[in-house]
Amino acid sequence: MLLTISTDHRPATDLGYLLHKNPSAHHRAELGFGRAHVVYPEASNERCTAAVVVDVDPVGLVRRRAPRGHDFSLGQYVNDRPYATSSFMSVALGKVFSTAMAGRSKERPELVEQAIALEVSLPVTPCRGGEDVAHRLFEPLGYEVTAQAIPLDPRFPQWGDSQYVDLTLTATVTLKGLLEHLVVLLPVLDDDKHYWVGPDEIDKLLRRGGDWLSRHPERELITRRYLRHDRRLTREALGRLMEEDLEDPDEAETRYDAREHAVERPIHLNERRLEAVLRAVRASGARRVLDLGCGEGKLIGELLRVRGIEQVVGVDVSSRMLDVAAQRLHLDTMAPSQRARVDLLHGSLTYRDARLVGFDAAAVAEVIEHLDPSRLGSFERAVFAHARPSTVIVTTPNIEYNVRFESLPAGALRHRDHRFEWTRAELANWCAQITTRHGYTVALSGIGPEDATVGPPTQMAVFSR
Amino acid sequence: MTVLEIPELCVVALVGVTGSGKSTFAARHFLPTEILSSDFCRGLVADEENDQSATDAAFDVLYYIASKRLEAGRLTVVDATNVQVQARRSVVNLAKANNVLAVAIVLDVPEDVCAARNASRSDRQFGPHVLRSQRSQLRRSIRGLRREGFHRVYHLKDEEEIAAASVEGEPLWNDRRSDRGPFDIVGDVHGCYEELEALLTALGYEIDPERSSARHPHGRRAVFLGDLVDRGPATPAVLRLVMGMTGEGSALCISGNHEVKLLRALNGRNVSTGHGLAQSLEQLAAQPPELSKQVASFLDGLISHFVLDEGRLVVAHAGLPATMQGRASATVRSFALYGDTTGETDEYGQPVRYPWAEDYRGEATVVYGHTPVPEAVWLNRTICIDTGCVFGGRLTALRYPERELVSVPANEVYYEPVRPLAPAAADEAREPTDLDLDDVLGKRRIETRLAGTVTIREENAAAALEVMSRFAVDPRWLVYLPPTMSPTATSEREGLLEHPHEAFAAFRSVGARTVVCEEKHMGSRAVVIACRDASVASRRFGIDAPSAGVVFTRTGRLFFADAEMEAALLGKVRAAVSVTGLWEELASDWLVLDCELLPWSAKAEDLLRQQYAAVGAAASRAVRAEDAVVQAVAARGVDVADLTAEMGQRAAMVDGFVAAYGHYCWPVESVDDLELAPFQVLAGEGSVHALRGHPWHLELLRRLADADPTTFRATNAITVEVEDEASCEAGTQWWEEMTSRGGEGMVVKPLDTVHHGPKGLAQPGIKVRGREYLRIIYGPEYTAERHLSRLRGRGLGHKRSLAVRELSLGIEALDRFVAGEPLYRVHECVFGVLALESEPTDPRL
Repeated sequence: MLLTISTDHRPATDLGYLLHKNPSAHHRAELGFGRAHVVYPEASNERCTAAVVVDVDPVGLVRRRAPRGHDFSLGQYVNDRPYATSSFMSVALGKVFSTAMAGRSKERPELVEQAIALEVSLPVTPCRGGEDVAHRLFEPLGYEVTAQAIPLDPRFPQWGDSQYVDLTLTATVTLKGLLEHLVVLLPVLDDDKHYWVGPDEIDKLLRRGGDWLSRHPERELITRRYLRHDRRLTREALGRLMEEDLEDPDEAETRYDAREHAVERPIHLNERRLEAVLRAVRASGARRVLDLGCGEGKLIGELLRVRGIEQVVGVDVSSRMLDVAAQRLHLDTMAPSQRARVDLLHGSLTYRDARLVGFDAAAVAEVIEHLDPSRLGSFERAVFAHARPSTVIVTTPNIEYNVRFESLPAGALRHRDHRFEWTRAELANWCAQITTRHGYTVALSGIGPEDATVGPPTQMAVFSR
Repeated sequence: MTVLEIPELCVVALVGVTGSGKSTFAARHFLPTEILSSDFCRGLVADEENDQSATDAAFDVLYYIASKRLEAGRLTVVDATNVQVQARRSVVNLAKANNVLAVAIVLDVPEDVCAARNASRSDRQFGPHVLRSQRSQLRRSIRGLRREGFHRVYHLKDEEEIAAASVEGEPLWNDRRSDRGPFDIVGDVHGCYEELEALLTALGYEIDPERSSARHPHGRRAVFLGDLVDRGPATPAVLRLVMGMTGEGSALCISGNHEVKLLRALNGRNVSTGHGLAQSLEQLAAQPPELSKQVASFLDGLISHFVLDEGRLVVAHAGLPATMQGRASATVRSFALYGDTTGETDEYGQPVRYPWAEDYRGEATVVYGHTPVPEAVWLNRTICIDTGCVFGGRLTALRYPERELVSVPANEVYYEPVRPLAPAAADEAREPTDLDLDDVLGKRRIETRLAGTVTIREENAAAALEVMSRFAVDPRWLVYLPPTMSPTATSEREGLLEHPHEAFAAFRSVGARTVVCEEKHMGSRAVVIACRDASVASRRFGIDAPSAGVVFTRTGRLFFADAEMEAALLGKVRAAVSVTGLWEELASDWLVLDCELLPWSAKAEDLLRQQYAAVGAAASRAVRAEDAVVQAVAARGVDVADLTAEMGQRAAMVDGFVAAYGHYCWPVESVDDLELAPFQVLAGEGSVHALRGHPWHLELLRRLADADPTTFRATNAITVEVEDEASCEAGTQWWEEMTSRGGEGMVVKPLDTVHHGPKGLAQPGIKVRGREYLRIIYGPEYTAERHLSRLRGRGLGHKRSLAVRELSLGIEALDRFVAGEPLYRVHECVFGVLALESEPTDPRL
C-alpha cells in the first residue's frame, strides 16, 4: 500500500527535514506485520514527494491469529489489506514519522509550526459508506478532496464500483497536523482495524485528535469508528458452514432485527407485542411457561417478574443468542430461588423435544415467519402434537399493514430473514387447521394500532385446549 | 442337589441374616460384576463397610447402579440382608420399573453358625441382639415372599443345601431369538375363517381340513398376532386351525386382548360380552364342550410377545417399545395386549391411543395389530397389519424376512366398526416426518458400512442443528450431503503448491494401481434430486412438490432462491434423463446426482464482488502505483534494487489472480445461462450407485451431455496407471494443459471408487488444483517464493480424515434411504456430515 506526501513549498526538499528522512536514501522500518519503506520519487527545489510504501505480509496476517475470536476479513489470504490504505498505514506513519509527529525538526524548527501547501495521494483508499464520507471527514479540516471511484472489474461492468477510491487531499496545513489527521482518519475511512481495540486506544485518540476532533462536525462518526470494538462473538464452528454467505449470520440477523425495529419503532410495536404476550400468559393462569424462540430473553425477564409463574424455559436455535440472553438476564449472579425458576435450552422448533413436554403455556412471538413454509408442518407437530402446552400464544406480522410503514419499501417484508408474512386470512386459515388437527381452540386478535382497512400491524393467535 | 433356575434377565435378592454366607454364595454362582453388595456400596460412600449411618446413601448408589444394569438388560444380584419387607419392596419395585422378574434366594442358616462367622471377623462386632432381631424378621418373611412379588422363591434351609445348590440360567418365555423363521405374520382374524383360509392358501400353505391344520411345503411358519376370536362368524373354526397349527409346530401364536377376555369368560368369570365376545361364546356353545376346554387351555398358555430372529423381530398384539422387548412384567404384558393409551377418550368414546410407533427408535422390527388401519404402513421399523378384516377390510400377512405384504379382501362386513374405517388420506397414510432432537443432538456415534463408527462431537452437532433448522431444505429431501475432499500432499516444486506427482504417489503407496483423473469444474456444489413426476416425489420422498425434485447446496440449503429457476433446471434434467432412457435403464423413477453448477458467479456473486473483485481492483491499482513510485526513485539514482526486482513480478501475479476468477464468471439472466456438470449418479430406486466405478458414471453422464449439451457439461477424464511413469507423465501433461486454459484442476480417484489400502479406506479422491486457480485460494501473490515457502507447511491429516468420515456418512445415508429405512435413520447421517463440516479445519484445503 502506498501513500505519498508532496509539497511545492520552496525549497520543496525541506520536506525531508520535516519528515526527518533524507530524500537521497531508501529508509526501511520493520513493523510487526511487514515492512515500511520511505523513498522520494521526486526531490527538487520546486516539488518534493515522499512515498511511504508499506509491504504487508499476507501470509503472516493469516497465521497470526487475532487474540479474541477471529475476523473474517483478516482470515483470508485473498485480502485487500496488503493493498488498501488502512490502519496498517496509520501504524507505519506513526513509526516512520515519529519525530515529525512529535513536532520536532532539528534543521527546520521554524517550519514545524508553519502551515505549508501539502498534497497527499492515496491511490487505493477503502471508503466505507461511499466517497461522500471522505469529503465529510476531510473538508471540515480545510482539505480539498478529490475522490475517484475505482471500478470492481472492467470485464463485469454490471458489478459497479468497488469501495475503494483514488483519494487526493490538498491543503495548507502543518505537516504535524496533516499526519495526525491521516493517522486518525485513515482507519475511520476504512472502518476496520487490524488490531484489537483496547482502553489505551481512547487515550491515543484524544492525544492525536485533541484540538481538532472536538470541533469536528463528524466527531461522533470518527469516535465510533475509531474505537471500533469487535462485539461479535463469532462462533467459528457455525461460521464454517456459511458457504458463500460472506456475512456472519448473527451479525446479519442483528442488523435485520435493527432494521425491523426501525420500521416498527414509530408505533412502539416491540413494547406492545411484549405487553400483549405477557397479558395473554397471565390470562391463561400458566405456572410453567415456555418461550420458544426466546432470542435475547426480553420476554423471559418480564415473565420472571410475574407472581405465580413457577418456571420459565427459553428455547432458541442460536446458541449465541442464548449466551446473550444468559448475560442479559444475569443468570450467573441471579439469586438461587430466582435462578431455579429459569432455564435456557438450545433446541429447534422443527424437531420434537421431550424437554418441552408438560408446560402450561408457550409463547411463540415473532418466530414462525422465520421458518421456511415447508417446515411449518414439523413445527406444528413439535408444538401442538408433541409438546402440547395448554396455551400457545403465537404472534406474527400482518403483511396487510406493511403499506402503512413509511420507511418500508413497497412489497418488502419487514425483516430480511422473514420467509413469509401473512395476511389476517392466511393466519386464520393456518389456525383453523391446527385447531381441527390437534384439538385446540383459537382466539385471534391484533397488537398495535388497528387500521380500518389493513388491520393491526401484528397479529396474535392464542390457542388453548 | 437343588437346581436354582434363574431367568436370564432378572433381579436376584439374596435374603439372609448377617453372617449367613450371602457374599460367598453370590461369588460362587454369579459374576463379580453382577453382584451389588450393600457393604461394598457403604464402603464407596463412607470408606467403611460397616458404617451404618451411610446405609441410606449406600442403597441409593446400589439402586442407581442396579437400574443402569437392568436398563441395559443385565442380570443383577442384590447382596444385602433383605430381611425387612421394606428392603425387599425396593427390590421388587426395581424389578417392576425395569420390567424384569424378581427372584428371592433365602439362605436360612442356623443362628449359631452366623454368630460364629461374625465373631471371627474383626469388622462385625455388634451385639447378639442384632442377629436375633434379623433372624426373627427373616422367619416372619419367608411365607409371604411370593405374595410380595417375587416370581421365584428358593428357600435353602441349611448349610448343606446351600453348598449343594447350583444355579442355571433359564431363558424367558418370550425369548425365541434362535428361531429365525421364515415367518408369515398374520394380523387380527376375529373369527373370519374363510378369509384366513384364503390368506394361508395365498401364502402357499396346504390346509388339511381333516386334521384342522395347515403346513407350508417349505417349512415356513405362521405367526398369529392375537385377536383370533370375537365379532366374526367362525371363531371356533379359526381356533381349531390355529390350535392345530401351533400343536404341529407350523405356527406360533401370541395373545390379543380378546383372547384374554374370552379366557376369563370361559373360566366362568363375570365379564361384559360386548365387542363381539357374545358371538364367540354363542358359537362355542354350539360346539362340543371339549372344544371350550381345549380353547381355555390353549388361551391360558399364550404369552403376550415373542422376540424372534436373533432379536431382529418382535411380534406383539398391540406393539411393544424397545425398552419392553424381551422383558417380563405386568406392564409389558399389558402394553403388548392393549397398547399405550392416554386415558382420554375420543368423540366415539374410544380410548385415545398414544402413537408409540412415532417415537420408536429400536433396532428390532415390530409387527403388530390391534388397531385397524386402512393400509399397512411402515413407520420407524414398525408396522401394524390389522387391516380390519372383520369390519369389511382385508386380512393381511407380512412375509418375513421378505417384508412383503399379502392380503385378501373380506367377504363382507361382519361387524360395524365404532369408528369409521376411513380410507387414508394421502398424507395420513404416509409416515410422519417427525424428527426428534434426540435423533441428532449431543455426542453421537453412527455406524457406517464403509468406515465403521463415526463419532460426532456435541458442539459440532449443535452448530449443525442451527444451520439445519434455519436454512436447510425439508429433511425428507436431504438424503445425502457431499463430503469434503483433501488436496494432494504439498509439492516442493518451484513455484507450485500442488502437482499431480504427489497424488499419483499417494495412490501408489496404498496399492491403488489405476486411477481416474477427472476434470474439476469450478462452480458451486449442487445435489440434484430429479423425480420423473410429482407423484414420484410424493410417493418416494413424501413431498408434494410441483417441481418434482430439488437442488440443494453442500450444506443442504435450497440452491435457488427462485423456485421457477429450480423448476426450470429440474425440467431440463428430467427431459435429458428421459431422452437417454435412463429411467428404464436404471429401473428408477428418481435419481440423485452429485454435480457442480456453473458459473461460480451464479451463487457467489456477492462473494466475488465483495472479496475477489475487490481485492483484484485494489491490488491492480496499488501494485502499479507502487511500481511507478519505485521506478521514479530508481531513476533518481537512489538504490532501491530490492524493491524494483519485486515490483514487476507483483503486477504479473495480480493480473494472474484477476484472470483466474474471471474464468468462472458469466452473467446469469435465465436458466439457459446455467451449466450443470454432474459427476456421479448417487442413487436411484433400489440401488446406491455412488460406489460403482467412475467410468460407469462418466459414461452415463456423458450421454446426458450429448442429449442436451447446452445444459450439461461432460466431465473430461483420463485413466492413469500409477506404476507406469509414462502414464503418470501423460496425466501430468493433461493436468498442465487443462489448468493453463484456466481450469481449476483435477480430482484423482481410484478406479474402483472405494479402495481399501493397508491402513483402511483410501482417500476417495484427491484434488490437484492448478497454479493459477490457487491464487483465488492462497492470495494473488502466493507464488512468490517468500510466501510459498511458508504456505507449504500445511497439515492435511485432519482434512483427509474428515473426507473419509464424511463420505462414509453420505453413503450410509443413501444406503439407508434406498433400503427404505425411517427418516430419522437417514437424517442422522446427513446431519452428521453437516456437523463434521463444522469441525475446525483449514478452509483453503
